[in-house]
Amino acid sequence: MTDNMKREPMVEMFIFETFQLLDELEQSLINSEKESGFESSINEIFRIMHTIKGSSAMMLFENICGLAHSIEDLFFYLRESKPKNYDSSEITDIVLCGVDFIKNETSKLENGMELDGDSSELIYRIREYLQSLKRLNGEEVAQEDAKEPDSGEQNPSKKYAISLCDETASSKSYKYEAVLKFEEDCEMENIRAFSVVHDLKEVADILYCHPKEVLEGEGDCEIIRKEGFKVVFATDLGLNEVKDRLSHALLLKSLDVYVLSDDFSTESVKDYLKDKDESEKGNASEQDQKEASSNDGADNQKINDSNKKNKNENEEKHGSVPSNANSLGKQSVISVNISKLDKLMDIVGELVIAEAMVTQSPDLAGLQLDNFQKSARHLNKITNELQDIVMSIRMVPLSTTFQKMNRIVRDMGKKLNKSVELEIIGEETEVDKNIIERISDPLIHLIRNSIDHGIEEASERERKGKPPVGKLVLEAKNAGGDVWIIVKDDGRGLDKEKILKKARENNLIHKPESELTDKEIYSFIFMPGFSTSDKVTEYSGRGVGMDIVTKNISMVGGSINVESVPDKGTTFSIKFPLTLAIINGMAVKTGRSSFTIPTISIKKSFRVKDEAIIEDNNGNEMIMVRGEAYPILRLHKFYNLDTDITDLNEGIIVMVENDSKVICLFADQLLGEQQVVVKALPRYIKKVRGIGGCTLLGDGSISLILDIATLINIKEV
Amino acid sequence: MTKELENVMEVEEDTQKGKYLTFIIGKEVYGIEIKYVTEIIGIQQITEVPELPDYIKGIINLRGKIIPVMDVRLRFKKEQREYNDRTCIIVVEINDISVGLIVDSVAEVVDISENDIVPPPNSSTGFSNKYINGIGKIGEDVKLLIDCNMLLNDEECENLAMIS
Repeated sequence: MTDNMKREPMVEMFIFETFQLLDELEQSLINSEKESGFESSINEIFRIMHTIKGSSAMMLFENICGLAHSIEDLFFYLRESKPKNYDSSEITDIVLCGVDFIKNETSKLENGMELDGDSSELIYRIREYLQSLKRLNGEEVAQEDAKEPDSGEQNPSKKYAISLCDETASSKSYKYEAVLKFEEDCEMENIRAFSVVHDLKEVADILYCHPKEVLEGEGDCEIIRKEGFKVVFATDLGLNEVKDRLSHALLLKSLDVYVLSDDFSTESVKDYLKDKDESEKGNASEQDQKEASSNDGADNQKINDSNKKNKNENEEKHGSVPSNANSLGKQSVISVNISKLDKLMDIVGELVIAEAMVTQSPDLAGLQLDNFQKSARHLNKITNELQDIVMSIRMVPLSTTFQKMNRIVRDMGKKLNKSVELEIIGEETEVDKNIIERISDPLIHLIRNSIDHGIEEASERERKGKPPVGKLVLEAKNAGGDVWIIVKDDGRGLDKEKILKKARENNLIHKPESELTDKEIYSFIFMPGFSTSDKVTEYSGRGVGMDIVTKNISMVGGSINVESVPDKGTTFSIKFPLTLAIINGMAVKTGRSSFTIPTISIKKSFRVKDEAIIEDNNGNEMIMVRGEAYPILRLHKFYNLDTDITDLNEGIIVMVENDSKVICLFADQLLGEQQVVVKALPRYIKKVRGIGGCTLLGDGSISLILDIATLINIKEV
Repeated sequence: MTKELENVMEVEEDTQKGKYLTFIIGKEVYGIEIKYVTEIIGIQQITEVPELPDYIKGIINLRGKIIPVMDVRLRFKKEQREYNDRTCIIVVEINDISVGLIVDSVAEVVDISENDIVPPPNSSTGFSNKYINGIGKIGEDVKLLIDCNMLLNDEECENLAMIS
């Protein structure tokens, strides 16, 4: 099979879900840190930690589970006790560490590596913090302390064989009966019950359970669904500990634990249960009596009370989910494998072509077909709509990417001791999924650079008469067929002299310095290995960043511009196409080949008269248009194609522009403009210079898409 | 589960093992292992792509999938021939790369057992076709068995040969 091993769908789901939850968590943490209180988001955070705990426990990732559990504990305390004096930024720090750990582990899982991270130190740290928090708020620490971390506790020494008639079990001091009910629709109740039993077995002896097939990992889900799962066991643990243990079960709806009298033999347990079954649930008084006979009433009362509390808590946990989801304005979303989408897009592309093949079939030429034309138009409408929808499926809002930057700004600001405020504008702008994936790294680099080099320290800012808090604006907007992402800071701006000096040292300047425009000078910073920073810091200064930024951006067909005013700030504008998959293109013909030129780069097309042509002594042709000379690139010469049209007068000139450089392409004729679906050239054909991909024309033939940027660069060199 | 899957795959492999698709170029009959073959299509419109070696004729649109096509005649340094209605494109998939092979015509699918395959005579005798990795005998007939990997990727070897 291929190198890309198929993962279990369950693992896949876990990875996807966890990442999503962590992102959400990060966001609400940072938000609440800003508000310097967790009141508004505590339920949300709690819910996320709880879900992660649950799913990681199910997947047996103990390290993640333990960590999530301890974070949950922390927030449980915050929520329940509402302590007055705590430092939200400190909590955020700790929890973010935890988030990083889980993220790290999850990406290990994603890459098919072993989960070898050890969270015990983090757990310890969180616990310590919780303790100190409690002490600070003057509370008794001892009671809650009994609750140990899941991983640390386990009593492996006591493992009894499960047997219904295990008489040795009576040596255990307490007997309990627990009735567990699971969430509706949680499915696989029998397995869930089994895992509860399995978990109990470590600390208790199972005396009886109903339905009893559960012990073999089977049993009727229906019964459990209707009546709940009953288990009677003997253990040394106290009631609270038992409850705590049982409440770890996943998707638990309700949990009732009763203490049974010591002299219950296995047989009587059975009888008892039978009795109880018959006497229906409403007959609680009798039950109470029975229990009271074996226990002091006060204890019993306590149990019931805490039961209620437990129930409420559970309801609260689950009840909070929908309301939270609503408040976030989430839409219902399904996640689909991207390759399926690609396939769908391929097929829709095919459909559009097939439609054109039918409606424009040469067999129909000259025929009067009113009804056919009518239906054809209808078909055309539908296919266009379908195509639009398929395209829009791939479009994703930039908000997640942008929100991630909050974290970076926060962390860096803290480390570098600069206070920076991040303003996000237009995060709802939608772009192609591929672009989203590639845009994240460049943005991180740009933001790091801005904070590290751009924004000054507070004291310096005050001297310059600026507000002490630095401002960073991250903006996205649509303009025509392009998307712009703008990163703007109000820092010290780029140092022109420093850049020039470095450029001189690296021999990057190829023309007289006096002729260099500001724009040209600033664009030196995009050269590989170029750094004006004197010292290398954790975040930047190695001169690799900007190089990667440009590379990544040009990979998605974008370009980057920089503007800067000393002491006012620097602005990076990134421009890239809305989608990579579809472009507007002008098809031109040269010989037998057809080429597609992206319409964005076309300035104009025209026929020429002889007098405008200039030829230099190397045979390079140029054309004068309104007093300016532009180089001509003959496509047939460039690609060695046979064509009858070699006279510039007979063909057509297409003037194209990229990065404010202009050349004129010479082709035989224009075929017309259309939207084309971009396809990559087959891998077997290695890169052909000046060709960015290919596309299918209406008649099913293939047209090669010209990569204008490369063509211009080749012509220049 | 996995074991079953393996079994299925084994069976599948077995049914394909020893089967060769034979095609004709000039007077010779060549064979290609059936497991590489995806489909056989008639000759269709080929879009030229500039700056490729002459034996890569260009790219074709195979139901929305763009695949390169290679003229096996030119690959074997034989003379070009006009395409006609017997000309076929054999679409093969090797290491996840789909390529169309243009051949004069397709003959049949034959079984050649391992015992009937002999290695090609080595180059000291003057026979040096690096694309052939075996010669299959069926009765009196001889089929030249093609090494698909070589067919696609021996640029490096060519370059090396040129340097030395």
